[in-house]
Amino acid sequence: MVSRIYVLSLYHKLLREGSKFHNYNFREYTLRRTRDAFKVNKSETDPTKMKSLVEEAEKNLAMLQRQVMLGNAFSHESVMNREFSKTKTPPT
Amino acid sequence: MPKDKCSTKNMSSSIQMKYGIVPVRQLLSTIYAAKNVQNKVLSLPHHHYKISGSRSASSTAAASEKSSGMQFRPLYLDAQSTTQLDPRVFDAMLPFMTENFGNPHSRTHFYGWEAEAAVEEARENVAKLIGAEAKEIVFTSGATESNNISVKGAARFYSRDKKHVITTQTEHKCVLDSCRQLEAENFEVTYLPVKSNGIIDMNELEQAIRPDTSLVSVMAVNNEIGVIQPLQEIGELCRSHKVFFHTDAAQAVGKIDIDVNKMKIDLLSISGHKIYGPKGIGALYARRRPRVRLEPIQSGGGQERNIRSGTVPAPLVVGLGEACRIALQEKEYDGARIKELSDRLVNKINAQCTHVIRNGDPDRAYPGCVNLSFAYVEGESMLMGLKDIALSSGSACTSASLEPSYVLRAIGAEEDLAHSSLRFGIGRFTTEAEIDYAVDKCVEQVNRLREMSPLWDMVQEGIDLKSIQWTQH
Repeated sequence: MVSRIYVLSLYHKLLREGSKFHNYNFREYTLRRTRDAFKVNKSETDPTKMKSLVEEAEKNLAMLQRQVMLGNAFSHESVMNREFSKTKTPPT
Repeated sequence: MPKDKCSTKNMSSSIQMKYGIVPVRQLLSTIYAAKNVQNKVLSLPHHHYKISGSRSASSTAAASEKSSGMQFRPLYLDAQSTTQLDPRVFDAMLPFMTENFGNPHSRTHFYGWEAEAAVEEARENVAKLIGAEAKEIVFTSGATESNNISVKGAARFYSRDKKHVITTQTEHKCVLDSCRQLEAENFEVTYLPVKSNGIIDMNELEQAIRPDTSLVSVMAVNNEIGVIQPLQEIGELCRSHKVFFHTDAAQAVGKIDIDVNKMKIDLLSISGHKIYGPKGIGALYARRRPRVRLEPIQSGGGQERNIRSGTVPAPLVVGLGEACRIALQEKEYDGARIKELSDRLVNKINAQCTHVIRNGDPDRAYPGCVNLSFAYVEGESMLMGLKDIALSSGSACTSASLEPSYVLRAIGAEEDLAHSSLRFGIGRFTTEAEIDYAVDKCVEQVNRLREMSPLWDMVQEGIDLKSIQWTQH
């Protein structure tokens, strides 16, 4: 059985890591996809299914950590980043 | 994070304002000091190759505003020409570009086995996406090569008693050019016309099939107008006439449901970079039962069932496999989202602009490809005004020429409408905000250009432009 606290911490770690992408499209996608995936599987009760979902999330977190670092080394500011900084809307 | 970037920018520009030209070293140290705060691990020098101009100026985004006209990267709405490499795909490829560098065909040592195992896993993933068996997948350099091998390879192999090939007028250039080549080799080729909605007429196809027809090649999703051809009907018709059916599914795989057995497809081309995979890799599905035999175009070591010789590029293949795995996993999610964004785009433009024509039948098209003709506006002029949106007026292959698209001509679009078309490509990474921004900019440009146009004035006054005799003779 996976603890609720651990799942929530994974969720927050994924969102935090995803928000580090300088690339507007990747950042938005990561945040949106993470939220939607957790929302869909919110009421999952099958322990084996839960275990595999948690493993997938862990794998994705490690992937994100590498890709944020690599992606940001070559990033530029995009038009949409500029739009958001103009309107002061937080990029979420 | 954006906050950090802003401070870097402001710092350097304020220094510039204060002191005029700043010594390079001072500028760089300021930038790197700010950069290192967030990027301790990796501080690569930024893009000396990206921006022409002096080296010092190219080091910051702020300074580059001065040296080149391009301030920011435009938003991307051209998913039909190519797509971003998904970070998940890139992550899967990296080990095979560093540690696991083996040649997948080396049978005598660990490095080879490791690479071979990864290539075979990728083959499974590609096959699963189209409902095929792994053995039926051949890796190529891309959909162009797959199309060449299919069209030329099949036609040439069966050339002793079958000398006829059927294709359509709206195919991609690589299929059309392969057919031209076959014509030079004394084959006969029928180029089927399409109806005004972009779809072929099944009766015409049936009539075109002759006893000596070896191959029918019809693309699954058109790259310019996005219409989906009735693959299953074509497949069944071809099977009943014992003709092979090839489909160019570069724009279709991972976006619409494709099952090679249900649709009775014998040959199918896949491209890596249209499904968020790497460029330079593609695949060809070649049916084993009943077997399609192909004459190889490239001679060599006999890799890939002797259809495509040459070392299989393991990192790219792993990328394609991962892209296919993700495409299958995300099919519903991406599909629903792209539909939603596509509707948002079309509805918003239609609400704010009149005389906008959608090319291709919207009910039978892939929603991620929206081709719109803005009447009384010239497409290229619009693109000039939309510098911060990456759009195209047609396929990337022909975007250098000002000729109107042959696809739009084939569906019977008038010359002026063919000249005023724009293609919006929506993908996995497109957002609502980008769609809204693009709509606003487009409407602004359409209104601006129409105000300048004398034709638009005449239309507003109710003059039918077709009734005007423009010249004396």
